[in-house]
Amino acid sequence: MDDRVGVSDAARALIEELKTQHGPIMFHLSGGCCDGSAPMCFQVGEFKLGGVDEKVGEIAGCEFWMDRDQFKRWAHTRWLVDVVPGRGASFSLEAPLNKRFLIRSSLCAM
Amino acid sequence: MSAQVRPASQPNGAPIHESGSFAAHLKTLERKIPLHARYGNFIGGEWIAPLKGGYFDNISPTTGQVICQIPRSQAEDVERAIDAAHAAAPKWGRTSVAERARVLNAVADRMEQYLPFLAAVETYDNGKPIRETNLADLPLAVDHFRYFASCVRAQEGSLGELDEDTVAYHYHEPLGVVAQIIPWNFPILMAAWKLAPAIAAGNTVVIKPAEQTPLSLLVLAELIQDIVPPGVLNIVNGFGVEAGKPLASSPRIAKVAFTGETTTGRLIMQYASENIIPVTLELGGKSPNIFFADVMREDDDFVDKALEGFAMFALNQGEVCTCPSRALVQKSIYERFMERAIKRVEKIRQADPYEMTTQIGAQASNDQYEKILSYIDIGKKEGAKVLTGGGANKLSGDLSGGFYIKPTVFEGHNKMRIFQEEIFGPVVSVTTFDTPDEALEIANDTLYGLGSGVWTRDINLAYRLGRGIKAGRVWTNCYHAYPAHAAFGGYKKSGIGRETHKMMLDHYQQTKNVLVSYGTKALGFF
Repeated sequence: MDDRVGVSDAARALIEELKTQHGPIMFHLSGGCCDGSAPMCFQVGEFKLGGVDEKVGEIAGCEFWMDRDQFKRWAHTRWLVDVVPGRGASFSLEAPLNKRFLIRSSLCAM
Repeated sequence: MSAQVRPASQPNGAPIHESGSFAAHLKTLERKIPLHARYGNFIGGEWIAPLKGGYFDNISPTTGQVICQIPRSQAEDVERAIDAAHAAAPKWGRTSVAERARVLNAVADRMEQYLPFLAAVETYDNGKPIRETNLADLPLAVDHFRYFASCVRAQEGSLGELDEDTVAYHYHEPLGVVAQIIPWNFPILMAAWKLAPAIAAGNTVVIKPAEQTPLSLLVLAELIQDIVPPGVLNIVNGFGVEAGKPLASSPRIAKVAFTGETTTGRLIMQYASENIIPVTLELGGKSPNIFFADVMREDDDFVDKALEGFAMFALNQGEVCTCPSRALVQKSIYERFMERAIKRVEKIRQADPYEMTTQIGAQASNDQYEKILSYIDIGKKEGAKVLTGGGANKLSGDLSGGFYIKPTVFEGHNKMRIFQEEIFGPVVSVTTFDTPDEALEIANDTLYGLGSGVWTRDINLAYRLGRGIKAGRVWTNCYHAYPAHAAFGGYKKSGIGRETHKMMLDHYQQTKNVLVSYGTKALGFF
């Protein structure tokens, strides 16, 4: 599980920038329409985690969570958190920097 | 008629520099108002610059170029908009339904008058083809205002005669000030879906457009600002974390409506739980589109209609919450059906969005474009077979910087991620089934339940599937129709509430019960 979620150099740099701006941050993977299926970044404590959520990894010192039911459907893949220009209509912290976190996936070794 | 459009104030800023295909298209249209290089927020009937002075660039996905500047609002701007909405709420809430309906109808008339202009702006801002904005987005939005004007005039309270001398009266009362956060896939239409019932029901609104597509609602506001009383409609622009959060978490709103994805949906419910206010949410889906063998029993118009139904995944570049992004085809017709379906998909014309013959345009933003490509990539890695498409499309000229993706058909199975997650792009994943029970099992094996489609000549089968699919809408022998007066909303993680139907008025109203005793005698308890 430890290396299921990786992070690109560009995303790591953005995470460090966001930590400087906002303090401790975390990720929750979204589902559904529009900007779904993408990682959302919040200050720790802003998004209330519940029993439905599962911690699936850590990137650059930040916990990475997702809905347990959703995780079941992602479990055969591993993910690299990357960043692209854009803004995404969400409450994710990086949007005002005109950047957006993005997941690139590959298959887990069988 | 042009004299009717007399803006009370201007959105700020010099007229925009219009160039390329968009400018050529605009020259042919009646417009009456310029586009501005910089917009303010629309608050209390005035155009107000953001209080801290921040703006962000709004980019056209058709070219990748900057269109104009939009306020990067902060909490202070949201507070000001909520102030304006509160100032207007008591009077608007007491305004007769006849007058409220008149305002909605006047908005519809004005939109209709400038429909091609609004459609062009929507295409410029969102990237979808001008054909769709002219024939779908705008006409549906116009009709939505008319529909809720009718609904609210026809709405009645009730009275219950509890006994000879006791009557329970039920009145509909507005909630007050409501917050709405809308997505970027149908900027004007999604605004209409939310604004029309809220305003009809007597509420005042603070609405935040998506930061990818803020322009068209501002243009609409400038067109109708002499019709809607000041403070009834307030538009605040900006980013979710800076403007959306203060709006959704404000203790001074009575309800919040949101369309988007699940994590933000949860966050909005979480804020609402702190204020104990209702929410309506539309959070997307992974809609199955099921084709039974009897579709191919004859070679007639119905087959043609079903093949078009298959190709509907490409409508609006697949950026639709109900995109039929999983096609389930009965095994006995699979080869024959898919051969024709692929031909149909390969005929889809992706070109300049401002040409009326273009059927698919640009994805709405760079990040969306990148996300879709990342899904096409994992689909290939998971072993799904690309039947057509499978990558980006480069257009020429000033469209070379736009975000274009080829309509893509994958063949695979329902456990693949491309079958389980909303890609929100022109990508459909196809699989097969043997029996109706198996079709139903695959259809319901998803976290979501918003849309679905069933294609068959057998009415009993259609009925069984229609009742069996756990989704808010089952299009039967049709797809992607969005008429007012057909309820739209989700089962499971697709959300809460039903839009596009008069029942949406209930989501924007309180029920007041006045319990009256007409008797004159004491009960005798004390």
